[in-house]
Amino acid sequence: MTLLEARHVTKRFGGLLALDEVSLSLQKGEIYGLIGPNGAGKTTLFNVLTGLYSSDNGEFFFNGEKLIATKPHAVAERGIARTFQNIRLFGNMSALENVMVGRHVRTRAGVIGAVLRGSRTREEEDGIRSRAFTLLQYVGIAEYANNLSSHLSYGDQRRLEIARALATEPKLLALDEPAAGMNATETAGLKKLLEIIRGDGVTILLIEHDVKLVMDLCDRVAVLDYGKKIAEGAPQQVQRDPAVIEAYLGGVLA
Amino acid sequence: MSRWEKLKRNPRAAWAAFILIAVLLAVLPFLADTLLSRSWVRIIDFVLLYIILALGLNIVVGFAGLLDLGYVAFFAVGAYLYALLASPHFGIHLPFWALLPLGAGVTCIFGVLLGAPTLRLRGDYLAIVTLGFGEIIRIFLNNLNAPINITNGPQGVNKIDPVSFGGFSFNQTHQFLGVNFASVHNYYYLFLALTLLVIFISMRLQDSRIGRAWVAVREDEVAAKAMGINTRNIKLLAFAMGASFGGVGGGLFAGFQGFISPESFTLIESIMILCMVVLGGMGNIAGVVLGVVLLVALPEALRYIGPFEQALFGRVIVDPADLRMLIFGLALILVMLFRPAGLLPSTTRKREFAGEEEMPVNSEVSA
Repeated sequence: MTLLEARHVTKRFGGLLALDEVSLSLQKGEIYGLIGPNGAGKTTLFNVLTGLYSSDNGEFFFNGEKLIATKPHAVAERGIARTFQNIRLFGNMSALENVMVGRHVRTRAGVIGAVLRGSRTREEEDGIRSRAFTLLQYVGIAEYANNLSSHLSYGDQRRLEIARALATEPKLLALDEPAAGMNATETAGLKKLLEIIRGDGVTILLIEHDVKLVMDLCDRVAVLDYGKKIAEGAPQQVQRDPAVIEAYLGGVLA
Repeated sequence: MSRWEKLKRNPRAAWAAFILIAVLLAVLPFLADTLLSRSWVRIIDFVLLYIILALGLNIVVGFAGLLDLGYVAFFAVGAYLYALLASPHFGIHLPFWALLPLGAGVTCIFGVLLGAPTLRLRGDYLAIVTLGFGEIIRIFLNNLNAPINITNGPQGVNKIDPVSFGGFSFNQTHQFLGVNFASVHNYYYLFLALTLLVIFISMRLQDSRIGRAWVAVREDEVAAKAMGINTRNIKLLAFAMGASFGGVGGGLFAGFQGFISPESFTLIESIMILCMVVLGGMGNIAGVVLGVVLLVALPEALRYIGPFEQALFGRVIVDPADLRMLIFGLALILVMLFRPAGLLPSTTRKREFAGEEEMPVNSEVSA
């Protein structure tokens, strides 16, 4: 069953065609890789998908419904959560607080609830806290719950971003280079974590430069180059695609 | 934090401290009256009033990180609303209990109105636009005496009804249990009650889903959006809450003074309130309270420099009025130099200014 479908998504920045009629579809429960040379438009696709940019043309269908001119917060509410290529945690909040913020969209307490703090608000607040802590355990950094997020190691910050994204209860988790800057051990740990997340029924859209990780993990891969999708399919198949080799290594070698 | 937890674990000490503070606050005006002078009771009243204002601004600047240089506009709107609806100017005399929530509500709307166009702005640009709003309100108040006289222009509004509940007027001296409660004493207890209420609301908001969303917006707006926070609404909420505190403060100010004019609502007033928030420690409620106490009381205390010089040198060498502002400015600079995060910084702000050195780093363990 199709979870996300992109149809002819186009995005221009002035004269630059960052996304050129990109179409792809993600099946529920799969890990879908998005690869391509630097500047190919991968992150732009993420930004358009999550509502940070508006697309010039084309549309997304998520869970059978159209995402129309959707604001980022509404995208999160529909069930798409993301992480960022250059980690964007709330640096001066603790790890636990970061994840608690992720619960915002699934909770309701307003000003009056916060001020009166009735039993319903207290229960909700307890739920937020315990769920956030569980998620920290889930990604394996519960021991740093009360540490400032900006003081975590690089790999742990990436994990924290994933925990924060999971706190919004996403159906689709969009990860922008989660292994960037990680050493081999950390990457292996990440791979295990992503497999567990997929096992729990979350579909994953993954931008990654670590070829080994992509080949091992992804069910299907799409390759972007200069904003165009040049290949799609199983990782091994894409790996041998002449167009992909040319995009990565240049025309001379191909 | 640790001291707080110690207190929590020792309920007896906590109760003792609580009762001590309660008694102190209850007798404070009489202490000031006998030990210092009646004018100090008035100064304490103003301290309380400014705590309400500063805590309102703290929501906008401290929690949500939106630098607002036009906060006094809300103070002005609250004050004028009270003045126009409870004075002979229009011949309307609404009761205080109706005016207070009305003032909070109307300034709330003004907060949203002034906040809405600034949503896309941050930092310096936001500061400039809010500064403009503050001036616009003041200039309106100054000029809305023609063609229809609404605000009475620069002359201001006079003979504003004093605060009263039923038949109990706060402006008269009342005798209760053989103790005389003068006007400033009555207002002290009213302001104290409202200040405690505002502190309570601030604390509850800070430690809530809404409070976390404000901090998230301050820390990283893009990430906050992507995590499902409707940043437009959450910022407008901060403006509205902050403004309503300002509006309540304005209403109290009008009733307390009995006279207001646009001169009370100049830019310097906005800056002073911002100074109180920043000096005490942005985002920390106790810090803001301390900042207000110092910035209201210090200039008053420095008035004693004249007599002090007289006693020390036999004559006044430097005019105390000049020296007063000099020392005041110097004190501000020194505090900011030696405690850049404020006197009592919030935990997050402290981390922000301390940088990496002071906090324990656990990264080695995890890597």
